[in-house]
Amino acid sequence: MVDEVTKRFGAAPALDAVSLEVRPGATHVLLGSSGSGKSTVLRLVLGLTWPDAGSVRVDGTLVEPATRDGLLARMGYVVQDGGLYPHLTAFDNVALAAEAQRWPRARIAARVGELADLTGLDGDMLRRYPRELSGGQRQRVGLMRALMLDPPILLLDEPLGALDPIVRAELQEQLGRLFARLAKTVVLVTHDIREAARLGHTITLLTAGRVVQHGTFADLAERPASPFVTQFLTAQTLESPGARPGG
Amino acid sequence: MRALPRSTLGGVALGALLMSAAGVGAAPDGVIRVGSKSFTESYILAEVAAQIIEQVGEARAERRVGLGGTGLTYRALESGAIDLYPEYTGTLARVLLKDGSLETPEAIRERLAPSGLTLSGSLGFANTYALAVRADTAERLGLRTIGDLARHPELRAAFSSGFLEREDGWPGLRARYGLTLARTDVMEHALTYRAIASGQVDVMDVFSTDGQLERLKLRLLDDDRRFFPDYSAVLLARREMTERYPRTWARLRGALEGRLDGARMARLNAMADLDGRRVSEVAAVFLGGADPAGAGRHREMLAELAALTVDHLVLVLISVGVAIVLGLPMGIVAARYRRVGQLELSAIAMLQTVPALALLMFMIPLFGIGQGPALVALSLYALLPIARNTYAGLIAIDRTLLEIAGVLRLAALRRLLRIELPLAAIAIMAGIKTAAVTTVGTATLAAFIGGGGYGALIVRGLALDDTATILAGAAPAAAMALAFHALFEILDRLVVPRGLR
Repeated sequence: MVDEVTKRFGAAPALDAVSLEVRPGATHVLLGSSGSGKSTVLRLVLGLTWPDAGSVRVDGTLVEPATRDGLLARMGYVVQDGGLYPHLTAFDNVALAAEAQRWPRARIAARVGELADLTGLDGDMLRRYPRELSGGQRQRVGLMRALMLDPPILLLDEPLGALDPIVRAELQEQLGRLFARLAKTVVLVTHDIREAARLGHTITLLTAGRVVQHGTFADLAERPASPFVTQFLTAQTLESPGARPGG
Repeated sequence: MRALPRSTLGGVALGALLMSAAGVGAAPDGVIRVGSKSFTESYILAEVAAQIIEQVGEARAERRVGLGGTGLTYRALESGAIDLYPEYTGTLARVLLKDGSLETPEAIRERLAPSGLTLSGSLGFANTYALAVRADTAERLGLRTIGDLARHPELRAAFSSGFLEREDGWPGLRARYGLTLARTDVMEHALTYRAIASGQVDVMDVFSTDGQLERLKLRLLDDDRRFFPDYSAVLLARREMTERYPRTWARLRGALEGRLDGARMARLNAMADLDGRRVSEVAAVFLGGADPAGAGRHREMLAELAALTVDHLVLVLISVGVAIVLGLPMGIVAARYRRVGQLELSAIAMLQTVPALALLMFMIPLFGIGQGPALVALSLYALLPIARNTYAGLIAIDRTLLEIAGVLRLAALRRLLRIELPLAAIAIMAGIKTAAVTTVGTATLAAFIGGGGYGALIVRGLALDDTATILAGAAPAAAMALAFHALFEILDRLVVPRGLR
């Protein structure tokens, strides 16, 4: 998916010759602390930024300005706290992508209803504006919006980052079940080692724009590629789980 | 001329009938635009001319009065924005044609012929510049002639700005008589009367037909060395108009030439200046028509106020409307293309640094006078808050939200209408609100270039030194500004999405 990519912001590389491959249908976690470059990987895949060197491919197609729109049709994107439009109701937020594709109203309503069932969101909540929803509800709406057109690839950037620990644990549980059921290719960015362990089939640990280790959670825990891996995994148990990473 | 001869009335009726049959009355060129400078006598003479034009019925009279000083009004005539206004031979010769040897209306008429202008004969009085002092000052210091001032250099003078600078005003006068005075300040004419009455000023320039002279017990100093030229009042007109409406021009000349002596003009000026009578009444009194009495006057005042309110609303709504139509896209462009945007916003901001009155004046050589140019100036003035706030609102939008719109594959127009403009709605509405409320105020200046609106009362009040008339214009303008503010509070509820409030 990402091959030898280097991306610079100013002088320091945000990603330094990073390569990684995502197996279709599996959940892959990009793990790292803030500034590790993990969010930049998602942005490259979405064509929100372009690599300075190397290439990014989605299903074999090079991500470039000409292919971007077609590829975006295959991807859903969820950001921290939902990234909802404050001036639109939850329903309208979810419906946006379908509206842009000129779906008929009835089809939109049916699909939103379906997604509400899937994410366990009360239908009454759909009429509310984002600021009238709880953090967990906003995150569900954000997920619904990403799933609206049923894309095969789902990209999540710290989706649970803004939630308190109890809601966070509950949603982690739910996301795990959902990913298993939907059988989508999922790339999830997080700094939370427990989230990575619970959701990721494979995990890539990044630091300072470089891949430290790639493998299952067991690989990382039992066969750390460097002392940093162990250091990262153990430090997390001390860190407050509610901390907000920047990405 | 006390009453209209019957035959003329018949002629008027017949003329009107023929005109309406020919449909001339509806044509835009069936109009004679009467202008005036912004002082009482000019208003009165213009109104008299307008009423005569209406009586003849050959054309409709449109009043574009209170245009300001000589240069402005003359330019308005040259450009065809007005067809006619009262002028003085001395001013024509010295200020406009810059040839002091032209003394008679005939000589001036000949000189003006190539520029397509003509003038009537003298209306019968000369409104010359003169210097005035209070009668008691004159007694005390033994002042009789201008030359006597040379013995009292301690006196303080206040002159109108034209007089202070014109070669036929103070500079020339001082040289001729060898005068030095302790202070010579520039002051608004109407205010100088108050200052001289209260003793803050000793000497002022006046017009020999000022209505105030008698009542304020001012004494004119004798111009024994004949410095001031003859300022005979005349009507200055575009020849084109006099040829198109020959009967009207003939009547104007017949009714006015030689019919007004200085004392009569001073009385008419006093009626307007001191008795607070409306210019239209004063003109009607001169023409021997009915003198509208108290109750009718009140109703007339309200009717005028209503008409001016409509005028003012039109000025504000159209100019703010145009500013929205232009400013919103300009703000959008500025937010899209930042570098071009900075240039664009700086250009608009520069417009804003031009004083509103000056901006209005710039419109005259470009677009003439009246409502049109006023609208252009007001629209330009309303542009900045709208464009600037649209820009500010758009660039303040969270970048993530914009990226998500891209990821959701919203087309550019949909993104703009569904996401960006609503998210910037609070800022945009604030800009429009600012524009509307300030335009209500700025629009009062439109009257200075004949744009109408509440400013017409303010300009007239200033010229007549009539605080009540100024307030009659200023107070409704303030009320309208408040009304707009309230209206926008309501509009905010409708336009700004609920989720943002």
